[in-house]
Amino acid sequence: MQATIALAGNPNSGKTTLFNALTGARQHVGNYPGVTVERKEGLCSVGAHTAHIVDLPGTYSLTAYSEEEKVAREYLAQERPDVVIDTLDASNLERHLYLVVQLLEMGLPLVLALNMVDVAKSRGMEVDAEKLSELLRTPVVPTIARTGKGKQDLIQRAADLAQQPVNQTPLVISYGADIDKALLEMQSLISEGAFLKNYYNPRWVAIKYLEMDEDIIAKGRAVNPDLSDRLTAISARVAAHLEATLNMDPESMIADHRWGFIRSIIQQGVITRSNDSDRLYLSDKIDMVLTNRFAGPIIMLAILYGLYQVVFAYSAAPVEWVEGMFGWLSDTAAALLPPGMLQSLVVSGVIDGVGGVMGFVPLIMFMFLGIAIMEDTGYLARVAYMLDRVFKAFGLHGSSVMAYVVSGGIAGGCAVPGVMAARTLRSPKERLATLLTAPFMNCGAKLPVFALLIAAFFPANEALMMFGITLLAWMGALVAAKILRMTIIRGESTPFVMELPPYRVPTFRGLATHTWERTWQYIKKAGTVILGISILLWVIMTFPGLPENKTAEFEVMRQHVAASYPEAAAQELANADEGAELSDQAQALRGALAAVDSQEAQAALRNSAAGRIGGALESVTQWAGFDWRTNIALVGGFAAKEVVVSALSTAYSLGETDPEEYQTLSQTLAKDSSWSPAVALALIVFTMFYAPCFVTVVCIAKEAGSWKWAAFSVIFNTAAAFILAVGVYQMATLLGY
Amino acid sequence: MRTICLRSMEQKQGGTIKTVKANGELGRRIRDMGLVPGTRIKVQGRAPLYDPVALRVGDFTLTLRNNEADYIDVDVE
Ligand SMILES: Nc1nc2c(ncn2[C@@H]2O[C@H](COP(=O)(O)OP(=O)(O)O)[C@@H](O)[C@H]2O)c(=O)[nH]1
Ligand SMILES: [Mg+2]
Repeated sequence: MQATIALAGNPNSGKTTLFNALTGARQHVGNYPGVTVERKEGLCSVGAHTAHIVDLPGTYSLTAYSEEEKVAREYLAQERPDVVIDTLDASNLERHLYLVVQLLEMGLPLVLALNMVDVAKSRGMEVDAEKLSELLRTPVVPTIARTGKGKQDLIQRAADLAQQPVNQTPLVISYGADIDKALLEMQSLISEGAFLKNYYNPRWVAIKYLEMDEDIIAKGRAVNPDLSDRLTAISARVAAHLEATLNMDPESMIADHRWGFIRSIIQQGVITRSNDSDRLYLSDKIDMVLTNRFAGPIIMLAILYGLYQVVFAYSAAPVEWVEGMFGWLSDTAAALLPPGMLQSLVVSGVIDGVGGVMGFVPLIMFMFLGIAIMEDTGYLARVAYMLDRVFKAFGLHGSSVMAYVVSGGIAGGCAVPGVMAARTLRSPKERLATLLTAPFMNCGAKLPVFALLIAAFFPANEALMMFGITLLAWMGALVAAKILRMTIIRGESTPFVMELPPYRVPTFRGLATHTWERTWQYIKKAGTVILGISILLWVIMTFPGLPENKTAEFEVMRQHVAASYPEAAAQELANADEGAELSDQAQALRGALAAVDSQEAQAALRNSAAGRIGGALESVTQWAGFDWRTNIALVGGFAAKEVVVSALSTAYSLGETDPEEYQTLSQTLAKDSSWSPAVALALIVFTMFYAPCFVTVVCIAKEAGSWKWAAFSVIFNTAAAFILAVGVYQMATLLGY
Repeated sequence: MRTICLRSMEQKQGGTIKTVKANGELGRRIRDMGLVPGTRIKVQGRAPLYDPVALRVGDFTLTLRNNEADYIDVDVE
């Protein structure tokens, strides 16, 4: 039989590290049904057997307020793992025992991993594992998850317990006379009625009724409304009594007694300290500088700015390699395939489309590495702490900063992992507001658009413009969040009761996993959605082709042009090899013919499905100064913002231009009479705020749990962006730009 | 010894929690982290805009907004 072992524990107890140490590469990441909580599973050998290990979400308690807690509790109660391993931080034992007590009250077969004994030791603490084991009547195994020390022993103890389940009687704590009496009464009612029998032990169910746990009460009401109501009545009676006599509710009473129980255990000499407990740990000393009221914000800005610098400096070369590779691929395909529809589809549709996105992979990867470093060292929690006051003013939470930063708060992220990063927020309202506004940040795909327009119209102020654009994105996102939180997602803010984990040196494996998981989401997007969209775009920009008579007209024009030059020039051009030196005459002829080709391409595009859509939108978009060609680009940009530049360059018939090779396109735009700095500004604003890209929209639907919100983000953002763009264009025009 | 609200505690000031009046989600979160009567705490620092406040509770550091600290009374030495 394969034993199932669940890993439980507080956040930052080293659970994931332990899970990795136990399972190695044999793991699988999925999701719990219906919620966005990750479910990690893996296999581990114990002697001749294999154990199935499940990494539960990190929780401080099982009170079931957050999704994580609900998932963990539901899993423990319903899927009944053979053994639960609870990971404890030995350097912070007292707090970690709160979860232990709750697990013991549920009556689960438990093994405690007393982790981070090295950290405890370095802080001058020694935890007596045997004594702890004796007092809790539960096996305790000291471990150092980082090095794998103790993991064999741990898994062996767990496997033994799974093989020979001892009759585990749930831990019974006294909650004071009033509650204890009520518990007994409720317990016998529950046992008699076999109430919620498959789930939990009777005393535990009774405790949950006293705690007025909505989840359990709803379950109880569904199976036996009568009994459930009787239990609720008892619970209400106790609550009224406690309120009258002690001015307390049962829930706090129960929590206080649990903590009392934990203190009584600690006081029996479980921890030996060779240091004064008020002593400042290294982590606190670092905090005195990094979160200092004056130095803190300055250092934070410096770190974020430094990250930005390093990422762009180091990713430049790899970005070039990847682009070079796609360039080579594109040339090779062009050489292998005969000219025509198929070649055009493969080269312009597939390779350039996907290549444009893939080119950003190194940049995105460096960005995520930087963010992973901030996260794994514990610095990001400090950023949330320092910025919470600002975010709170806009109806968000300090932890929202993470989603914003990943989405491109420091220009160059990606909204897909950014929206997912909003998971760390516990309150649904703040989470929703965060994930709806995070796509306003300047992701790596919007950057080429800005770079193009800045190069064309504001070449003297590049750095300033980029800085302004970043600032504008933040302002837009925060203001939008405030509006949302004051209107359709109104509600109380979540408590900021948050742990500041001690600073730690990140592990290579931790960084690699964090970086790769997010980068992979971005690559997947390029491989699937962008591929499909590129082909679709190619189709609507190619079909329907020009009617015969139009094509013939251009052919006639070409002949006219050729006829106006001497015969010798035409001959020379027809016979010349590629790259051969041409006479002035022949060169002029080639230029003239290319001009006709370009006119034909423009006419074809105007006639294509995309051109017609763009033209139809012109009557509205002219208010923001966008012509039909810009409209095509923006419609394409809904698929993926990367498409905006490449579609513009096609529309200006420069052939397929790589998103990064915007030089020539920017010169064209600068010279074009339908463009002006006003249009450029309006387009920058519109690109920044309009509908998130398709993949992000799918992601929003998943994370928000409904397509309604995904549709909302498309409509709301586009409308807001359009209003802003019109405002900017009209203002700038008035001012004479 | 006197009892004051956690919000008005000063930097580096220590004390023992006397009462926690919060209930509902906030109350649960506060108690889950071990902020219950009898717990010793010390104000570790405050964020640049004076809110939230960082507390040392036992062997770890916890942050809390000022309007949440209002629910906690502390016996300070
Ligand atoms: N020194 C030391 N560090 C550890 C130990 N176990 C985990 N860590 C580190 O603690 C941090 C948090 O670990 P993680 O596994 O992500 O915790 P989780 O939140 O419980 O999944 C990481 O930086 C780990 O490298 C340990 O036994 N000793
Ligand atoms: Mg983890």
